[in-house]
Amino acid sequence: MTADGSAGRSGVEVRLEDLTRKYATTTALDRLTLTLAPGELVALLGPSGCGKTTALRLLAGLEEADSGRVVIDGEDVTNVPANRRNIGMVFQAYSLFPHMTARKNVEFGLQMQHVGPAERRDRATEVLDLVGLSMHANKFAHQMSGGQQQRVALARALAIRPRVLLLDEPLSALDAKVRARLRDEIRRVQMEVGITTLFVTHDQEEALAIADRVGVMQSGHLEQLGPPTEVYSRPATPFVADFVGLTNRIKGVVRDGSVDVRGESIPLVHPDVEDGPATALIRPEAVSLATNGDLADGPLVGTVIAVAFLGATSRVTVDLGDTTVLAQMPTSAATLLKAGTKVRLAMRTDPVLVQREEPATTTP
Amino acid sequence: MSRSRRRNLQIFRFAVFVVMGAFFLGPIGAMFEFSTRGNSVNAPRTLSAWTAIGTTPGLGDAIIASLELAAITSVMMLVLVLPTMVWVRLRLPQLNRVIEFICLMPLTVPAIALVVGFRPIYIWININVTDSILALSLSYVILVLPYSYRALDAGLAALDLKTLTEAARSLGAGWGTVMLRVIVPNMPSAILNASLLSVALVLGEYTFANLLNFENLQVAIAYVGLTSAGTSVAVAVASLVFAFALLLILSFVGRPPVPVSKADEADLQTGRMVSLSGGLIGRTGR
Repeated sequence: MTADGSAGRSGVEVRLEDLTRKYATTTALDRLTLTLAPGELVALLGPSGCGKTTALRLLAGLEEADSGRVVIDGEDVTNVPANRRNIGMVFQAYSLFPHMTARKNVEFGLQMQHVGPAERRDRATEVLDLVGLSMHANKFAHQMSGGQQQRVALARALAIRPRVLLLDEPLSALDAKVRARLRDEIRRVQMEVGITTLFVTHDQEEALAIADRVGVMQSGHLEQLGPPTEVYSRPATPFVADFVGLTNRIKGVVRDGSVDVRGESIPLVHPDVEDGPATALIRPEAVSLATNGDLADGPLVGTVIAVAFLGATSRVTVDLGDTTVLAQMPTSAATLLKAGTKVRLAMRTDPVLVQREEPATTTP
Repeated sequence: MSRSRRRNLQIFRFAVFVVMGAFFLGPIGAMFEFSTRGNSVNAPRTLSAWTAIGTTPGLGDAIIASLELAAITSVMMLVLVLPTMVWVRLRLPQLNRVIEFICLMPLTVPAIALVVGFRPIYIWININVTDSILALSLSYVILVLPYSYRALDAGLAALDLKTLTEAARSLGAGWGTVMLRVIVPNMPSAILNASLLSVALVLGEYTFANLLNFENLQVAIAYVGLTSAGTSVAVAVASLVFAFALLLILSFVGRPPVPVSKADEADLQTGRMVSLSGGLIGRTGR
């Protein structure tokens, strides 16, 4: 793909305004408003049924909104049918036309645009090159791996030079290694083409790794929209804190804009919380463990229950008597820890969220 | 599987093949034998009954009419049923069962009862529109609905219809293009099954044509049988062989030349089983 945008123009602004979609008794999308800046990749993240796919389908024109508007590059396309929106889409299921080769698949959209045979061929070669599959241009879908099929689907979506690219969980059917590789490739291609992209996924790692901004959705609402680091380190709501990354839920007391957790005072993300009992939501990597020093019984002294090896890092589960706490640390630091080891917890004083509810144990 | 077990299985398969082959070919062979008999007990074999097919008045017209009816019925069935099934699956899935029920209903209604229902309609058509035998294709579409529905249903079930359609739509294709360039090319064996079943059914149809006073192939065979049993049987053998040839084509044509997925294989198997049983019912039941 060339800088002059042979697979796309420079990105356009996309606005979803007050979109609502109801199915019988359930509201899949409730007045969703979201703006994608030109060339930006926004990932919508959330559990099944949160409305993220509905939002994407409304943008694609594959479903009709009950109310609200879809505006692309200043043009209201709310009532424009899907085949006239000029939007490229990659689906969760393998969507290549089985009776066509990879090249024919890529050329299909160009034929719909009445592009001449010579130019069609050139552009198909170009986008297949872009996704590294020009060697497989004459293969049928069943002769390619899942990853290759999704790359052809990406090339097919880009070949029509769409105004917007929509990715509907395109990696979820792939194995972990291919998924990580293709994720990086999608990001590379998206940045190279500079196309405005909406990426829908339920995989937080995927969303955090690929997106300029991440939108976390629940029950048809956008709970938080922001850069990945902000969503992770300063979650706006307990749901976001719970859904994005692991979170320890530890009972504490809010006092003067900070929360007192087992004798440690930690500042709050939102200091205007009323004083009183609350549950502090603390990331495992904010918890450190010491095996030396004073290990006499106390609120922050506990016993290691399990150590989970995750590669470069390890996750340690510590029993504090009335609750369990997860700590994440470099594997090199966790090698001394075994089940039964006595440890003292320390908590980093990064601002945390609190929730006014009965504390539970650690939730994944 | 051990070698002796495999050998026994092969012997069993061969035995079933021979018995079933004899079951199908025996009567046809007997009919052929009858159609080549001379006029007396000791007369030599003759093909006069076969050569008379071309010269018997009305028979040629009936054959052409039946072939035209078969072609028109197949096309009408595809144009009516396939887009309806696709649309219902995509847009009104809650009506899927209703459509299935409607399509299968002609199976449960005896042909004679259907004709009684059709009769007033055909009287009106004969007076106001046309008295051509080709009007029979309207009722034949209903007759072939259950078999064609089953064949097309198997083909559609093997496709990820929603994803393929949405992919094509997002690439700029209108509904017509989606049907003709995406859906139809991906279910060739199902469409072939449905079409050939329709052809086999229409070529073997007698009740509708006779009771509605049209002369199609089967009615003509019955008439010829009144004056020349040999010619009548020769035509019957020819039409049976033609129908069997169609079913054989159905079994061998439409197989993808390249390895197919398990889903596709299941589709082919299902489609073939449906079509063969449907074809036999069509020959004997209507």
